Amino acid sequence: MYLTKEEERMLDGEEGYAVKKSIEILVALGEIYGAEKLINVGSVQVAGVSYHNLGDAGLEFLNELARDGKVRVLTTLNPAGMDLEDWRKLGISEEFAEKQKLVIDAFRKMGIIISCTCTPYLIGNLPRYGEHIAWSESSAVTFANSVIGAKTNREGGPSALAAAFVGKTAYYGLHLEKNRVPDIHVDVRAKLKKFSDWGALGYCIGKKVEDKIPYITGIEAADLDELKSFCASVVTYGSKPLFYMRGITPGSEKHQPPKEHVIIEDKDIKEAYESINDDVDVIDFICIGCPHASIKEIAEIARLLKGKKISPNIEFWVATSRSMKQLADKRSYTKTIEKAGGKFACDTCMAVAPLKGRFRSVATTSAKGCYYSRANNMKTKLGSLEECIAAAVTGKWS
Amino acid sequence: MHSCCGDRKMELRGRTISRGVAEGEALTTTQPISFYGGVDPNTSEIIEKGHELQGKKVKDTILVFPNGKGSTVGSYTLYRMKKGGNAPAGILNKECETVVAVGAIISEIPCVDKIDISKIRTGDMVRLENGVVTIKKQKFQ
Repeated sequence: MYLTKEEERMLDGEEGYAVKKSIEILVALGEIYGAEKLINVGSVQVAGVSYHNLGDAGLEFLNELARDGKVRVLTTLNPAGMDLEDWRKLGISEEFAEKQKLVIDAFRKMGIIISCTCTPYLIGNLPRYGEHIAWSESSAVTFANSVIGAKTNREGGPSALAAAFVGKTAYYGLHLEKNRVPDIHVDVRAKLKKFSDWGALGYCIGKKVEDKIPYITGIEAADLDELKSFCASVVTYGSKPLFYMRGITPGSEKHQPPKEHVIIEDKDIKEAYESINDDVDVIDFICIGCPHASIKEIAEIARLLKGKKISPNIEFWVATSRSMKQLADKRSYTKTIEKAGGKFACDTCMAVAPLKGRFRSVATTSAKGCYYSRANNMKTKLGSLEECIAAAVTGKWS
Repeated sequence: MHSCCGDRKMELRGRTISRGVAEGEALTTTQPISFYGGVDPNTSEIIEKGHELQGKKVKDTILVFPNGKGSTVGSYTLYRMKKGGNAPAGILNKECETVVAVGAIISEIPCVDKIDISKIRTGDMVRLENGVVTIKKQKFQ
């Protein structure tokens, strides 16, 4: 692998411990995956923020890096395990909160923006078409590659941090045009009727294409929220973090549908719901915002909850970034949702908060959310926002 | 690539993933290892259900396995094992991947890959140095 003089100096430790460790990581990954050099990245998104996943091991390492490590490019942060300002209302223990705050302190010291969201593209970390970036968080990686047309591998927490400290990443994988060629044609003939169908479609495609890059036809229109939900689902359930949606993905017109093809019909969507949904009718947890709710979604939740009362047996979360919540405050969406008995879960989400053992069954608009809730031993119901709000009021899924 | 040097000594050459010198008794498996969830960082015991090495401790061994798997948090698990004195002395892989590579580097555990791991048996004495792996076979093999 070719290294510049400056990169050699970093490797020799002349720019400190964090830079040395980081460039060692980048070079090792470059060697493993056959990179010829390092390339500059425009921004970084760091996952592995929740103390629930990091544990003391991760915290220790972050502290070690924070001693002399400073990020060199715009670097934003994934959700933490709790709302950083009001964790008590979410039922998070003081013990967990103490540890989580230490994790955030380490990231702050490194110069990272404490955005704590899986939707960096909604809060100011928005790459341009063709830009090389180093992001972790699979849903954001998929969105950046497939909706924006930026270029990133699916980084892990440590390799994303390494890219941030060096300002570079190894030139391999999805950074190379030759590895971004679609290899399976997915012909969507199913009619998508409601929002959660996008998550169900992601499930179908993820399962069918496995580690291939799908070229999707048959989708006539898709808005930001539908695409972010689809991105989260398709990569959670199996595909590479890149797809082409004809007419929607920038650059999709440069490719022809590959020969290998699969068809997605109404029955596939129905089967997706059957395998995501459990046989359960009493719900005790509802979470909207996986990926984090946009301001448009928050407005919709407020509209549907206006004048209603959420059942006292239900914990209702709107998971979003603090930036979105601040916009919601100014339009009284926050007041409406809280008056109905809902809670804002800023900085955190249903996938990374320590929820194991707290709830029996969850209803959500997110297919990805269902996947992680099962890992937290919950029964799951995937449905539209209207269905989730109805369940919130009655306490039952119907 | 290997060359025999006498009866029970063998040398293999691989690719250095994480630099350094390590020596210890080999603990080998043909199955991938997930450090996050698959290994208890406090005892160094492999806890993945049904794994060939379930119940075995990796502490101070030269751990020989084809490749890592699972969550990238596994890199931090290796780091924690190292800090607690529970890490393997060295790692040999057939094909190293991101989780183990990053874990070995941040923990300063010497790691070499692209070697024929089938040449190494549990109990062999193994030394890693700059991509060269020297194996002293255990008796009566």
